[in-house]
This record gives sequence, C-alpha cells and structure tokens, in this order.
Amino acid sequence: MLLADARALCPELAAVPADPAGDLAALEKLALWAQRWGPWSALDPPDGLLVDVTGAAHLFGGEERLLGDVARAFAARGFTVRPALAPTAGAAWALSHYGRGAAILAPQDDPLRLLADLPVAALRLDDDVLTVLRRLGIKRLGELAGVSGAGDDPVQEAAARDALRRRFRNRHSPAANPLLRLDQLLGRVPEPLLPVIARAMPLVQRRLMEPLRHRALLDTVLADLAAAMVRELEARGEGARRLELALWRVDGEVLQRRIELAAATREAAHITRLFAARLDDVDAGFGIEMVQLRASWSEPLHLAQTDLDAAAEDHGTALAACIDRLTVRLGPKAVTRPVSRASHIPERAQGWQPPLAPVPASQQALAFHTRPLKLLDRPEPIAVLYASPDGIPQRFRWRGAVHEVVRVEGPERIAPEWWRERSTTRLRDYYRIEDEAGRRYWIYRLGIAGDGRGGVPDWFLQGLCA
Amino acid sequence: MPSTVFRPSPARVLARGLPEPRWRPGLVAQPFHSEIFAPADEASGAGLALALARDALTSSGEGRGEDDRQVLWVQDRAAIRQGGRPCLAGLSPELAHRLIHVAAATPEDALFALEEGLKCRDIACVIGEIAGNPRALSFTASRRLSLTSERHGVRLWLVRLDAQPDLSSARMRWQARSAPSTAPRWNPAAPGPASWQAELFRARAHAPGQWMLSDDAGTLRIRHDPDLDSAAAPDPRYLARPTVGRSLAARAHA
Repeated sequence: MLLADARALCPELAAVPADPAGDLAALEKLALWAQRWGPWSALDPPDGLLVDVTGAAHLFGGEERLLGDVARAFAARGFTVRPALAPTAGAAWALSHYGRGAAILAPQDDPLRLLADLPVAALRLDDDVLTVLRRLGIKRLGELAGVSGAGDDPVQEAAARDALRRRFRNRHSPAANPLLRLDQLLGRVPEPLLPVIARAMPLVQRRLMEPLRHRALLDTVLADLAAAMVRELEARGEGARRLELALWRVDGEVLQRRIELAAATREAAHITRLFAARLDDVDAGFGIEMVQLRASWSEPLHLAQTDLDAAAEDHGTALAACIDRLTVRLGPKAVTRPVSRASHIPERAQGWQPPLAPVPASQQALAFHTRPLKLLDRPEPIAVLYASPDGIPQRFRWRGAVHEVVRVEGPERIAPEWWRERSTTRLRDYYRIEDEAGRRYWIYRLGIAGDGRGGVPDWFLQGLCA
Repeated sequence: MPSTVFRPSPARVLARGLPEPRWRPGLVAQPFHSEIFAPADEASGAGLALALARDALTSSGEGRGEDDRQVLWVQDRAAIRQGGRPCLAGLSPELAHRLIHVAAATPEDALFALEEGLKCRDIACVIGEIAGNPRALSFTASRRLSLTSERHGVRLWLVRLDAQPDLSSARMRWQARSAPSTAPRWNPAAPGPASWQAELFRARAHAPGQWMLSDDAGTLRIRHDPDLDSAAAPDPRYLARPTVGRSLAARAHA
C-alpha cells in the first residue's frame, strides 16, 4: 500500500522513515548489552537476539525468573520483547515468534510434541520454500515431522520422506531446506552462530580543572593526550589509522576533529602536528572543559627498533608522515597516485587512487603509439582554419593563437566503448602533430564525415607532448 | 618504507666535482633548486624538468640500481587548468610506477606541498608547476625552498608557466620552449623526439648559455646542429629490443 493510500484511509497515521543501518547498529549494541544474561550473544537480524544462557540460569534464580528479568529489563528501556528459552536456537526462535503457551522448553520435554502445532514458518524458512510447502499441504511442524519419520506406516513414511528429501536435495542453505531446519530445531545437526564480541576502542581523555580558552594550553593538553594514546596503542601492539578528537565546551557543544592517516602510526609528535593544523578554527567560546582522543580505526603495528645510524644521517620525514601532512592540509582528494585502468579511451585509461594504497594488478598496455606527457582535464575544441585534402588540419586556432601544422602522425583510431556508451557516440581519430614553432600536441577528430551520427566532425586538442 | 639508497650530505655533493664553466648534461655537481620558465600552452617545461631530473639522478649516482623512491609532482589549480595533468601512459616506465601527484588549490598550498616533499627522505625529487607570478611565491618563499632542499638533499625543479622571471634564489634558472624536432628515421613526416630550446640565464657555477636539448630515448643530449642532425636522427621508439628474459630460447642459449 502506498503511503498516500494509507493516509487517505487513516489521516492520523504517523510515518517514520526507515533506517535499516541504524537499526542494525542499535541491535549490535543491544546484543552486547544482552550479554548480562549469558557469556555470548548473536545477532538475528532484523529484530532478534540470541543469548547462550547454558549454565547461567541459576544465577538469576531459575529459568522463569531469568525470563522475567529479561522482560522487565527491556520494558524499562521501552522495548517490547517476546523472550523464549529452549535447548536449541531454532526451538527458542520458534517459541519466541510463534509460540502461544509456555515460553520455556525444558531439555526433558519432547520438542516435537510441544511444537507440533506451530506453523512451518517457525522454521526460519525463505518465502519461496514456504510457498512450496503450502502447496504440498504441509502447514504445521507436526506434519513435516510426521513425514520425517514418526508416522504409522513405516514404508509409506519412508517413501514420503525420501520424496521430500529429493525435492530439496539441491538446497544446501539451511533457510531453503526445511528438513535441515527441522534437524537443527531438534538438535540433531549443529547450527553455527556468529557471536558478537565487544572490542574496546583505544580512548584517552582529560577532564580539565579550569576551562581552556587559549590555544597554547590546548596544544599542551593535545600533546599529553597523544602521548597517552601512543602508550595505549603500544600496549595493544597497534597503530592508529583514524583518530577522532572531541572537545567538550562549557556550554555543552562538542567539537569534533577527525584525521585519517596513510599508514598505521604510533608517533605522538606526528599526531600532535597533524591535529595542530586542524585546530586553527576551533572556537573555544567560554572554554573547553574536556578533551577526548579516540582511535576509531587501528591496525596491527609491531614494535620496531629504531635505526640509530640512519636516524642520525637522515633527518627527513618518512613517506607516510609526509602524505599525512599533505592530506590533512590539502584534503584526501588532492594527494593521489595515477594508476592504469582497463580502458582504451585515453581519459578513462588512468585513474587516481590514494598514494599508499596497493596498486591493482593490470596488464601492461601495448605501447604501439606514443602518448602525450600531459592530458587536459577536458578536451578543448580547436577551430580548423584550413585543412589539407585528406582532412588533416594545416592551420588551426587554439586559445586565440594560430598554429601552423608542420608534421603529422596518424590517425590512431580509438572507437568508443560500445558496452558502456550510447550507440550514437562517435569514434575518435587521434593525430600527433608538431607546429612551426616545435610545439607538439595530441589532437583528435570526433567522428568521421558521413558516419550518420551528426554533422561535420569537430576537432579537439586533448594532450600536450613534451 | 625506509630507503636503503645511500645519500651523501649536500655539502659533499657540491664539493665533489670541479666547477665547470660551461653547463652540459651529465654533470656530477647538480644544483638542488632549479627554476624553468616555460609557456603554459606547451608541455616543454614539465618535459625539460623531467629530463633534467633524470639526468641529475643518474649522473649524481643517486638513482643507481633499483631506485624505488617516489617522485612528487605538485601542480596548482591554474597550472592544471592551463597545462593538464600528467598522463600515465606518456611517462617514462621508470617514473610511471612511482609518481605521486598533488593537486593544490592555491599557490600557497602548492608551496606547502613542495616544502613537505623536500623534507621527506623517501622522495627522489620534487617537480612543481605553478602558473603566473603569484604573490605567495616571493623571494622569501623561494629562499625557503632552496634552504629546505639543500638541507635535506632532495632536488626540486619548479616549472613556472607563463611567468616573468622575478626575484628568486633558485641556483639555476632556465628559460625553455619547444623546438622543432628531428625527423624520425622511419617516418620523416611524424614529430620526432622531444626537443627544447633551453636558455640558462642564471646559474651559480656556470656561465649563461643557450642549447638545443633533446630527449634521446631517456637521455638528455645537446643537439649541435639541427640541419646536420636531421639525417641521422634515431627513431623515438626502439624497434629491436633485446629478448633476454623474455624468450625461453634466449635463456637456454645463455
């Protein structure tokens, strides 16, 4: 139903935009919080949590009181929850989503007898599998279980089970195979789950006795924080790739500064220097009362011995530090490395990537033709004043100056990429030319006369040869 | 990535060779800060800067063996708009894999990037392109660049596009423009190897002079007489290449 239709039916409808990524992040936090009831927990997107409470229920005074505690804790935070407890994750899921009676399945109970009334959707199956099962007439878990070996006539049952198994024999994913799901629910087949593990972010902060209003004091605090962060990272054997600095002002405003580093680093002086370039526009207002530095992205970085001789001889910076300084001042897009791409269109044959990122493997281009030293960002049109009989310009005007062509090499025909461009895109004939003053250019004609894709072809200048 | 290339201190480099009155390619003592003035509508400035850089790196012995240090190429926005960005397929193969390009918005940012590049020990040389005579590129700024490059031993070639030769502390100052190239042997109608008309109008160790320079398959050479040279000009691309390491038969014989 469209939102407009729904509003027509119910004008007081409240509409909230969906935020799946935010929901997932909230669920992850909730999974960590739910580890208060058991040693590990797993996500069941979009709206479920699985907690392993094996051997932990007596800490809460029994399983009923554990579930009561869960319901109370979630209700206190404004969540609606349907807790259930069972020997297997599948059985607990079925009870939680479709169970009507007791929410606890004890280990000594027969799961088939207690869960036989539930619909087959309680097996966590895909929609198309549910459709198949509905068409086969299997609607309840008990019917599926009856097929799978608990019936009256063993011969007939075995044949039916064999038929069902053969129908789903190509379905290896548990969500597409009802027999596999049933076995998981009964505990005959293990079901691996991915636990959520909290990984604390390296974080250091300083609460200040007096609010800071001057830059020199802030620099001191920053150097102190950077040294503390370096100790924190060193204890973990890691180096920071992204650092976030948060400044709490007295009036409650939080100022954020974030830098990304080209390589994992653990140098306090380098971190201080990079942040100092970003702190020039901080408005302290009535003062800053707390400063926090956290490394939201860190990579393993092993301890390395400093080379005494080389350090004394070479007093420059390392390449990664140089790239960091350039990136912080000029922006991440400004410092790049050209890499070749799989294309024969000159402007698409080269891409730009971060300078220290690994260069993707590429086939070496066959260097049949000489390419110019520099390419203009956008080919500039040239006005052909006089063309020779074979169509090559003899005299043209570019940027207001007239050039007399003395030498020509070409054409090198480059056809458009038909798999990505329209059929009306014209081909290009490239010429390498030299004018009377020795200036060498790379020009092309867009299309040929009579190709049915436009009128008289235009000429463009794209490259400057050395 | 610390480099293992040994680099002597700049004072030792400058004192090693006797000062020659006349400049020629392949000198051992090369200056650390050079300026090249070139028109913006041709790539002669960048081409000559790259050729001089390669000449300096090979003749001073720094680039001997496997040199995998990076080359920083800084351009400001006006230079990119007028002259374009470097084209990977047109660069020489030993440079193409180690080029880092910096697109600075203003001349101030470009000068900052040049200075940071000169301070870095893992950079082989720095090429800069700045258009016009911006206020930021004053004598003080150029003096700063000279001192930084001499202190850290990283060479800088600063290409000034469409600029007036104002006050500067560069050790060598060139005025460059394209020159008609020699005709290749196999296709005389085609443009030949890159050639420049270069005028050295200020240098500390050398007398001023004017040369026709050409890029002969990666080596910087002086062309003495264009008419005499034109008959024997080599092809810009070598048609016959050694097959060692490529052909199994060649390896078996060797």
